[in-house]
Amino acid sequence: MIYDLAVVGAGPAGLTAARVAARRGLSVALLDAYAKTGGQFLRGAAQPRLTGVDVRLGRRVWAVEKSQERFEIHASETTTATTLLVATGAHDRVIPFPGWDLPGVLTAGGAQALVKGERVKPGEEVVVAGTGPFLLPVAVTLLDAGVRVKEVLEANRPSPRMAAALARVPSKAAEALGYARRLAEARVPYRTGHAVVAAHGEDSVEGVTVAKLTRDWKPYAWRTVDCDTLAVGYGFTPQADLLVQLGCRTEGDHVTVDDHQRTSVDGVLAAGEVTGVAGAAAAVVEGALAVHALIGAPPPRLLAERARLRRFARALELSYPVRDGWQHWLTPGTLVCRCEEVTVSALEEARDLGADDPRTVKLLARPGMGWCQGRMCGHAVARLTGHDPAPQKRPFAQPITLADLTLHDREDST
Amino acid sequence: MIEFRFQDRVITAEEGQSIGAALHAAGIRSWRTTRFGDRPRGLFCAIGACFDCLLTVNGRPDQRACQTVARPGDEVTA
Repeated sequence: MIYDLAVVGAGPAGLTAARVAARRGLSVALLDAYAKTGGQFLRGAAQPRLTGVDVRLGRRVWAVEKSQERFEIHASETTTATTLLVATGAHDRVIPFPGWDLPGVLTAGGAQALVKGERVKPGEEVVVAGTGPFLLPVAVTLLDAGVRVKEVLEANRPSPRMAAALARVPSKAAEALGYARRLAEARVPYRTGHAVVAAHGEDSVEGVTVAKLTRDWKPYAWRTVDCDTLAVGYGFTPQADLLVQLGCRTEGDHVTVDDHQRTSVDGVLAAGEVTGVAGAAAAVVEGALAVHALIGAPPPRLLAERARLRRFARALELSYPVRDGWQHWLTPGTLVCRCEEVTVSALEEARDLGADDPRTVKLLARPGMGWCQGRMCGHAVARLTGHDPAPQKRPFAQPITLADLTLHDREDST
Repeated sequence: MIEFRFQDRVITAEEGQSIGAALHAAGIRSWRTTRFGDRPRGLFCAIGACFDCLLTVNGRPDQRACQTVARPGDEVTA
């Protein structure tokens, strides 16, 4: 069977697109790596009814091939479609600091996933730190789960740009106010211009060092806070592996699209965080818009809504950047690459040998060569070599076994 | 609730819960050590991106604990 549309990623964007496309009479397959639909944002929510959609869960798509006018989407089996929509979302962006590999240090998204998706408390006493508005819902999720949130630490300072953007999107302002109120009721301090610059403990986190930060994130005025868990996140990195494989044009960390959510490659659409981190509301609008690439002109109402939400996302991006001052937190022994256990001093040795770009550093010192394929250390390695982080080309978006590959060959030959 | 075995312990998990979440909830925060530094590792990203939480399930090595739903009677080792 050749589907009219295959959607990879069953988060807000993918779910919307699949539903709208099925309603319009298109044949649709919806694939996701998880056992449930919803993606990270709707994790744990009730499973929606998807009438007329072939839902294929637990499918880890590791590559897409374009052959003639169709796409072959390889997971544990191959799905074929004439149009492909990639809505694979984003993962937490993290930056290294001493002790960040200790058990009990979790990404902010991971802490939230444990509560929302798994009904598990990440810890008893938690510090939430990093940058971006996402820290607020994470702290509130933890409070609601009965966790003691000791502090919320935002590395950036409040920006006038952010205040202006909130004033233009009242729903977001109301949401932010709700979080602030909840934190105040629970007497959780929210401190801007602060960061966790080290985590301590023997086999697990027992405390963290908190510092005040200058505007460019140089730490001063250190103190320690006891906690058993740290939830830390510095925004998000789009998970655009499949699109990069296909050769779609990128800009900064994301894939570029037109008014129809079309990428630069014929037949390949993208929606949600892969086109730039903008949140679930924007993802829903983009999922709906993408379907219109198959059925006609994009409705002006959706285009206007997308523009409004994208402007808001742009204000967020400019208000909550990762500033290079985090490099002051590093010590020679701090791990940069968790998988290959590459330290700051190993990276410096590579640089002394003349490696001055992420690729050469990778070849000499191996950061990004491990299991996660640079997903965790990509930002840090790029910045430490003076480059802007860019989407990395990963021939396999997911690790697969040789048996999977042979199976794939056999299918090809029949 | 379901039960699975981790090393010599019996761990209970909710239906549909991942092995990683169940271990974390049971107070087990690390289940492997790194190759070079012998450092303990458990959950970090908890959404399948970081591969820190790898373990062996029913003899299959290198499974992501956060992505592997616990099944009754699973034999889980480091």
